[in-house]
Amino acid sequence: MEAPTKGYLFETDEHRALREQVRRFAAAEIAPNAHAWEEANEFPRELYSRAAKAGFLGVGYPEELGGDGGDLGHVLCASEEVVLAGKSVGTCVGLGSHGIALPPIVRFGNDDQKERFVRPTLAGDKIAALAITEPGGGSDVAAVRTKAVRDGDHYVVNGAKTFITSGCRGDYITTAVRTGGEGHGGISMLVVESGTPGFSVSSKLKKTGWWASDTAELIFEDCRVPATNLIGQEGTGFLMIMMNFVTERLFLAGQCVAIAELAYRESVAYAKQRQAFGKNLAGFQVIRHKLADMATQIAAARALTGECVTRYLNGEETPSLAAMAKNAATDMCSAVCDQAVQIHGGYGYMREYVVERLYRDARLYPIGGGTREIMNEIISKVEGY
Amino acid sequence: MKILVSIKRVADPDNASKLKVSSDGTAVTSEGLEWKMNPFDDWSLEAALRLTENAAEKNARVGEVVLVSIGPNDEHTQRIIREGLAKGAERGILVEADDANLDSNVVSQILKAVVDKENPDLVVMGKQAADGDSNVAGTKLAARLGWPIINYAMKISTNDDGKTLEVKRELDTGVATVKVTGPAVITTSDRILQPESVKNGITPADHQYAKLEVGGRYASLKGIMQAKKKPIDQMSLGDLGIEAKVALKYTKFELPPARSGDTTFVESVEDLVDKLHNTAKVI
Repeated sequence: MEAPTKGYLFETDEHRALREQVRRFAAAEIAPNAHAWEEANEFPRELYSRAAKAGFLGVGYPEELGGDGGDLGHVLCASEEVVLAGKSVGTCVGLGSHGIALPPIVRFGNDDQKERFVRPTLAGDKIAALAITEPGGGSDVAAVRTKAVRDGDHYVVNGAKTFITSGCRGDYITTAVRTGGEGHGGISMLVVESGTPGFSVSSKLKKTGWWASDTAELIFEDCRVPATNLIGQEGTGFLMIMMNFVTERLFLAGQCVAIAELAYRESVAYAKQRQAFGKNLAGFQVIRHKLADMATQIAAARALTGECVTRYLNGEETPSLAAMAKNAATDMCSAVCDQAVQIHGGYGYMREYVVERLYRDARLYPIGGGTREIMNEIISKVEGY
Repeated sequence: MKILVSIKRVADPDNASKLKVSSDGTAVTSEGLEWKMNPFDDWSLEAALRLTENAAEKNARVGEVVLVSIGPNDEHTQRIIREGLAKGAERGILVEADDANLDSNVVSQILKAVVDKENPDLVVMGKQAADGDSNVAGTKLAARLGWPIINYAMKISTNDDGKTLEVKRELDTGVATVKVTGPAVITTSDRILQPESVKNGITPADHQYAKLEVGGRYASLKGIMQAKKKPIDQMSLGDLGIEAKVALKYTKFELPPARSGDTTFVESVEDLVDKLHNTAKVI
């Protein structure tokens, strides 16, 4: 089992105790299977209920909904330990797909929806996915084309969604649909249950990284969804999506910090053990300095991510800072994983080495949850130029 | 049912290779080691928690588990007690004592004094600690109390809140089933972690606990937050009226010789047995 990280500045004894428990869970339940699950493009569904029983799926959710309490800071710590001790990023993100699918229901859903969707998900009985991106557009959220037309007590949904994490196995999909006219004012959030006639998974997508997590393209063909599954009011979906993005970006920044930390640890261990020219790699200044640069970059991204979490929890509006944290963390993660592969040499290019996988996993982050370019647009807008 | 569970802090057994012996050979040094709850105690805590809850209702508590830890009053001992509280125990007792002045004899004396104060229905404890591996304190405690001792429990059932218990003991020769009338001291084997190992007559008999392989249950974040508010009573040996006199003296410690790492290939089973017996001297 790995030694604990120095962690974020906001951490208290409580965060450290949580890390210890999650570390034990991930080391026992995930790490032994990490490689196999990544190669199989899937982890067992049972892991959701095991994580729930252990008490980790409910971190960050209120107790009255079956959660375990805690806030975004606890979620970041728990998710970092899943990556560090479990060593499978795909499993971590698959297991955590409710982190983006549930908040709109928690914030804007009615009691019935919370009982039907939130509680069973936190109990590990249902898998949740969020669907916004469409084959025809991702970054341009306001241009969502999947239509939901009211017909009596139902909405009739037609359209398609793609790149949906946990979409293949999801029991329900928190879906962005167009119920009104053009632009962001016409968007609503609707929960589509996977058994609904007219809903189908058109393909399980093959990806560069995140192999253990399922990623789907979804089709809605005259899919009749009960109107009681509408979250909040018609036309307020865009607001929900934007609110969700702030926390999602911090989740992603935290994952980048975790992935880089793991790549760094693997590199340090390898550099100490691998012999070349009569000494170990760490005996060469060029390698030591690479490691020192990696450690520095991680510390900087961790500091910015942690600062943004603290400000968010203090009630500040942080869309711009969250975008900065995401960009800083994704750039850092890509650079650190690249150097980790370099330090590992030929082995770093081989599938059985963790850093090879992390290098591929890292490529997602400047794209998913809002691209690097969209992050800069958000920053530009807030900064006023 | 009220259960007393003793928990000891030990140097992380996963990092046993980092153990060092002091230069004069009189002690094992613990500098730089991480402290963990003794895994054997963690199993016992799991058994005690299962005996005192209704697992069908989100582990609703129906009894009381009191933790007692003996050791230095520092952040490590406190952290380990808090971990047990976070898993569900009701409260903790920290008996301040110096590791050097403790052996199974003194520990059993202290635990007897705590039992006299607390009057639990059961004491459930680790069969041994992962550092000294003595496997004595539980039996000594039972002798001092005049209570039955049931070592290596792998299954515990009761239908009358612990007044009478049926316990299956894991032995080298098989499984022994004993019936016992409380109060009693029980030590556990790791099979107590099995999904159906504990029946308390309250949790539905067909309830399946989560499969645990390396330790007791995980503390949830909710449990961790609640644990901060649970009381830990601190007391000294004087408070318990005990004069610590260790009966056991260690004269010398030495590390096992480093392994050569040499590999020998064998052609036959006879050859293997011969090498294990005469060269490696392990059988």
